Amino acid sequence: MCTYLTEKIEVTGSGKGAAGWFALSDATVYFDHPQHASAGHTLNIDFLNPGRGPAARVAVELTAESARALAAAIETTLASAPPGLA
Amino acid sequence: MKDALIAETISIAGHGGDEIEAYLARPLGEDSVGSVVVIHHMPGYDAGTKEIARKFAANGYAALMPNLYYREAPGASPDDAAAAARAQGGVPDERLVGDVAGAADYLRGLEHSNGNVGVIGYCSGGRQSYLAACSLPLQAAVDCYGAFIVSQPPAGMPLKAQPIIGLAQNLSCPLLGLFGAEDSHPSPEETAELAKVLSELGKEHEFHTYDGAGHAFFAVERPSYRVEAAGDGWQKIWDFYGRYLAG
Repeated sequence: MCTYLTEKIEVTGSGKGAAGWFALSDATVYFDHPQHASAGHTLNIDFLNPGRGPAARVAVELTAESARALAAAIETTLASAPPGLA
Repeated sequence: MKDALIAETISIAGHGGDEIEAYLARPLGEDSVGSVVVIHHMPGYDAGTKEIARKFAANGYAALMPNLYYREAPGASPDDAAAAARAQGGVPDERLVGDVAGAADYLRGLEHSNGNVGVIGYCSGGRQSYLAACSLPLQAAVDCYGAFIVSQPPAGMPLKAQPIIGLAQNLSCPLLGLFGAEDSHPSPEETAELAKVLSELGKEHEFHTYDGAGHAFFAVERPSYRVEAAGDGWQKIWDFYGRYLAG
């Protein structure tokens, strides 16, 4: 199915795309058909800077299981950072 | 040279007279041909759908696929354009109809056109194929697993699409529907409801629902591809367009 289900957030940081590093301003998270991954549906994340055009994008497509593992790893890593840094 | 064809990117006038990119594939030769507007799936104006356009040309039809995401991302790669378009909620219905109308006009103007123009769409394009056939004078329409014709998108989806079963009375041409029994959007119950409404209105239609197939069973480059359903589906398309568009 085409879910169109999308979460949009503002982000601060950098990403490395086809043309090298660029500043990020937005991220979209959605669960839908992948472009490349071998699965019917994947959790897709686009790190974006729309001001630089549609190609300013770092994309990942993860199985639901992988996406949950990633989310947990991010939380674990941030929680274990030295106090005051994260 | 009966099998010679040409495929190329061109520019056409879409909704509101906007110049948009489109992919044209057509047979070479002097024979009169029917035409098909190909509506790409949600992942965009991609290599897989261009291959479908060439398949129509190889089978004797002029096919034109407008890039529905051109305005959001001119010149971008198909996946980047699809990401930009989905971030904005997809293609507005009014703009879709205008773009298909522009594509149909272009096809009717080709030197060897017989004047017959059909439409086919996949995934989100399936709904859009039905929408176009309810909004424009066309000769045949094919809906490949289009969702949200009958039912409302689930709550929370920022999708601009709304149910359009109420447009059925305006359907301008026969409709071929090709669906997967294991699909949930559209579900077999939804496609049965659409068939019921079309029957009540006396609108010519032919629906086939394939066991063992879910959504996107025509997409050869995806794990959803189902060779038996797709093979039979293509035969249904050739038979259907042969009756209403060919020659």
